[in-house]
Amino acid sequence: MKHLISAGDLGRDDALLILDTAEELARVSERSIKKLPTLRGRTVVNLFFEDSTRTRISFEAAAKRLSADVINFSAKGSSVSKGESLKDTALTLEAMGADAVVIRHSASGAPHRLANWVRGSVVNAGDGTHEHPTQALLDAFSMRRRLGRLEGLKVAVVGDILHSRVARSNVLLLASLGAEVTLVAPPTLLPVAVENWPCLVSYDLDAVLPKSDVVMMLRVQLERQNAAFFPSAREYSRRYGLDRDRFAKLHDDAIVMHPGPMNRGMEISAEVADSPRSTIVEQVANGVTVRMAVLYLLLGGAIGGEVQ
Amino acid sequence: MSDAQNPPVSGGDLARAVLEGPDIHRALTRIAHEILERTKGAQSVVLLGIPTRGATLARRLAERVAQFEGRKIPVGAVDITMYRDDLRLKPARPLGHTDLPPGGIDDKIVVLVDDVLFSGRTVRAALDALNDLGRPRAVQLATLVDRGHRELPIRADYVGKNLPTAKSEKVRVFLEETDGRDAVLLVREGER
Repeated sequence: MKHLISAGDLGRDDALLILDTAEELARVSERSIKKLPTLRGRTVVNLFFEDSTRTRISFEAAAKRLSADVINFSAKGSSVSKGESLKDTALTLEAMGADAVVIRHSASGAPHRLANWVRGSVVNAGDGTHEHPTQALLDAFSMRRRLGRLEGLKVAVVGDILHSRVARSNVLLLASLGAEVTLVAPPTLLPVAVENWPCLVSYDLDAVLPKSDVVMMLRVQLERQNAAFFPSAREYSRRYGLDRDRFAKLHDDAIVMHPGPMNRGMEISAEVADSPRSTIVEQVANGVTVRMAVLYLLLGGAIGGEVQ
Repeated sequence: MSDAQNPPVSGGDLARAVLEGPDIHRALTRIAHEILERTKGAQSVVLLGIPTRGATLARRLAERVAQFEGRKIPVGAVDITMYRDDLRLKPARPLGHTDLPPGGIDDKIVVLVDDVLFSGRTVRAALDALNDLGRPRAVQLATLVDRGHRELPIRADYVGKNLPTAKSEKVRVFLEETDGRDAVLLVREGER
């Protein structure tokens, strides 16, 4: 594995190796010295063209816990705002000796392009409405930690599927790990050709909830919505929001997930978000662990021409 | 020693068993006694094995100490993969399992346990790992086989067998729990 661009590139064995590595690394976060010397001398560049708090901090913490040098680059206040192209930015980073570039970009496919321009590893930290593979990995990791397995798990992904890179990455990853995903959304918020994805589709949340082990609520991405996809926030919330009454329909061991940031009161009620069966805070902690595993597996061994 | 009993090794290699099941058994029993003697009853001893086979050996030593003293001593494992100095020579390796006993290692006498002591680099890595896990009062080293060829100033406190070897030879340890039988083989690369 040289890059991590799409969750679909990960076979079952690759994905399990990442999750098992993360399981061992999780203990590092519990001890008093939360640091390993493994990536000493490696440089990780966080290249963020889009706003992000948790993902950037999570990658930064992961790289630092492995002793890598971290350079943070955000488009605001950089030469990008002066009109520099992605390629020129990439070449600059290349010249600074980046061993890995963690990129978030509003254009789907930007990490893929970048991978052709730089020698180091490229990790996709979210590209447009395409993919967010480390989020899917940390979601799978959180599910496995809470429920003990992934095989045969019934996962409902609810909400703005159309604009969600998290949904696509989760569907691809969970399909290869043997979980059964059902996407639940109004027809207007489902992407074209969703019938070709390895998952089921439903418009009726109330019918799906009782048979689900995991309910993953997605944020309604108002900033990406360029048309009226539903009549009103209130109506969306009534049909697709997870409130106390809907929560009661879940079986007793089922868990509620959300990739954050949440719109409390829109797709999820505050009461549900703060319940002990919600993994939302855990997901953040697991994010650091899973990203450590990804960085270790990409950079921890021989890279490029280092063998022999 | 008939070769028919030996596990298969790759074609052309010559394998000679240097320790059989009963020898390993006796060596571990002696090491357990030595640990008890040197640490005056192993009051504050923690046994930490280096995965995979060192961890198995640590558990066996703990069983013996418990038999002799009628008291359990803490046993665990410390994975050293992330601390190795040769990580960049191979693709990233899967991690082993680190498992510290509940009491931790602060102010304890930690006995590191490994199957084969060779260059000493694994033990160096283990010492670094311990440094991040706590501050033991003292660290000692037990090994089933010391085959020489040290590349660092490291020596074992407890040795099952000193085994003179050529650097080109390989020492392979088989243990019941992981490999279905107990044996230590000295493998000489065959002529090709």
